[in-house]
Amino acid sequence: MAVLTQEQTTTGTAGSPPPGGVRRPRRYTTDQVPLGSLLLRLLGGLVVLVVFLLPYLIMFFGSVKTKAEIRSVDPTYFPREWHWDNYLTMWSTPETPLLQNLVSTLVISLCATLLVLAVALPAAYYTARFRFRGRLVFLFLVIVTQMVQPAVLTSGLFREFIAVGILDTWLAMILVNAAFNLSFAVWIMHSFFAGIPKEVDEAAQLDGAGTFAVLTRINLPLVWPGIVTAVVFTFVASWNEFAASLVLLTTAGNQPLSVALTKFVGQYETSWHYVFGVSIVAIVPVVLLFMAIEKRLVGGLVAGSVK
Amino acid sequence: MKDLLKALPWIGPAVALIATVVLFPVGLMFWNSTRDISQSGVDKGGVGLDNFAAVVGFDAFWPILGRTVVWVVVVVACTLVISLALAALLNKAFPGRRLVRMAVIVPWASSVVMTTLVVHYGLEPYFGIINSFLVDVGLIDTPEGYGWTRHAGTAFAWAMVVAVFVSLPFTTYTILAGLQTVPGETVEAARLDGANGVRTYLSVVLPQLRGAVSVAVLINIINVFNSLPILRVMTGSIPGYDADTVMTMIFKYMQNQRQIDLASALSVIAFLVVVAIVAVYVRFVRPLEEV
Repeated sequence: MAVLTQEQTTTGTAGSPPPGGVRRPRRYTTDQVPLGSLLLRLLGGLVVLVVFLLPYLIMFFGSVKTKAEIRSVDPTYFPREWHWDNYLTMWSTPETPLLQNLVSTLVISLCATLLVLAVALPAAYYTARFRFRGRLVFLFLVIVTQMVQPAVLTSGLFREFIAVGILDTWLAMILVNAAFNLSFAVWIMHSFFAGIPKEVDEAAQLDGAGTFAVLTRINLPLVWPGIVTAVVFTFVASWNEFAASLVLLTTAGNQPLSVALTKFVGQYETSWHYVFGVSIVAIVPVVLLFMAIEKRLVGGLVAGSVK
Repeated sequence: MKDLLKALPWIGPAVALIATVVLFPVGLMFWNSTRDISQSGVDKGGVGLDNFAAVVGFDAFWPILGRTVVWVVVVVACTLVISLALAALLNKAFPGRRLVRMAVIVPWASSVVMTTLVVHYGLEPYFGIINSFLVDVGLIDTPEGYGWTRHAGTAFAWAMVVAVFVSLPFTTYTILAGLQTVPGETVEAARLDGANGVRTYLSVVLPQLRGAVSVAVLINIINVFNSLPILRVMTGSIPGYDADTVMTMIFKYMQNQRQIDLASALSVIAFLVVVAIVAVYVRFVRPLEEV
């Protein structure tokens, strides 16, 4: 079973680089590559670069066009005039209270991230360090949550949150985002904790440190990259969450940007330049965050199943 | 038992969160699928499996199920093939490789809703920029263009394109991680034996990617099956049920028709399908024991 294999590798390779982190690629050199194939790779790389950035370039160029230009019958690829003022005026549109949506997105993502950290960190530490009955059951439970997604559970969540009285509140989406990103956070931090040799802990304990002190003073500095990865991943995933927010948040002001922006579609005259301005504001920060954890992204997603 | 009690303060909060936000709603969903619930949310009593009969008996149910299969199979297959090529390229040395790798991450970090919105805009008649490009290069005759987003079939096809696009980053990165575990010696040995690049890739590299590929495929199947935003944006304003998958249909039951009992029944079906896929996949492909 998955949990068992995780077990063997993580405990068996104490001291080696954390299995959650993807190993640094070997140093590649282009010295011995024939010029022809090097040019071919460059060309391929260029195509990939353009294709992957194209939608976001269209977004960006569109965000500084006027409404007349972005809706003109013979559309321009590049803006004729650069209307940076769109980034100020776009927040007051009739479709949805965008500023409130931005605040909602921020509050929900930040709180969900903090909650995940508070819940996953102790669990990851304890399961990596101590054997106890029910440990494998717990780890299996965590894997299972990665297989389920909020979209398929919305009808149940909807009824549950009505009954508890937290439907249409930030708290509802904080809980949902935290729960469904828990497995990534637990696995990536678990693998980092498991990568620290036990002797380090034992030495600290001999010096009189308790379990809590060992965690905070000795382990935390070493698992820092794992924590950063978990935090960024949870924040970005919560930031972009759509399906559950769509059903569980009914008041326009409570909804995150992902839900709010869909209200522009099908309007008689969609203000696409505003849609794109807001999209750029929403996308750029999380892309930068993701780039910062690029090397470790895969680890947490597949660590539970592969390693 | 004593060691479990000792562990409780550490894992208790995580268990509580999973229990209240994952396990309990699953149970509630199964329960609601057997109840008659009014549009205002009042539970009017049990109806056995009537909700399931109503959901399956709906005219569009089987076409929707068939379309869901097409959606998952086509998107995951295309994603895998393109990602294998992308990963092979990104694993090779060339100037600017790091920049290209960073570009590949962008759709992964970006909101799927927003990525889909820009494509939807691009396909609009007259002013859509993709449509306009197709006119400029001569693939379409009139600026009105083809009403890509007005017809269920074409809107669905474009939704699949977007779904592949946003699935590429994760899949490519997973395969890249797999490629880095392939020992360089095995590749060099094949080269010395006179195998060319393609042959080396197919007979030496690809078999060693089995673990990474099977995990990526499993996670993609789950994600693509559960995907809502792409179709919601691309086909959501088209009347009828000709572009729906199981997932968009659940949300139509829930939001447009306010029939939470039928939505629950269809969700239960979707949930069981996911469980079955994972179980079959884990049993036969064994992604969890690789690497």
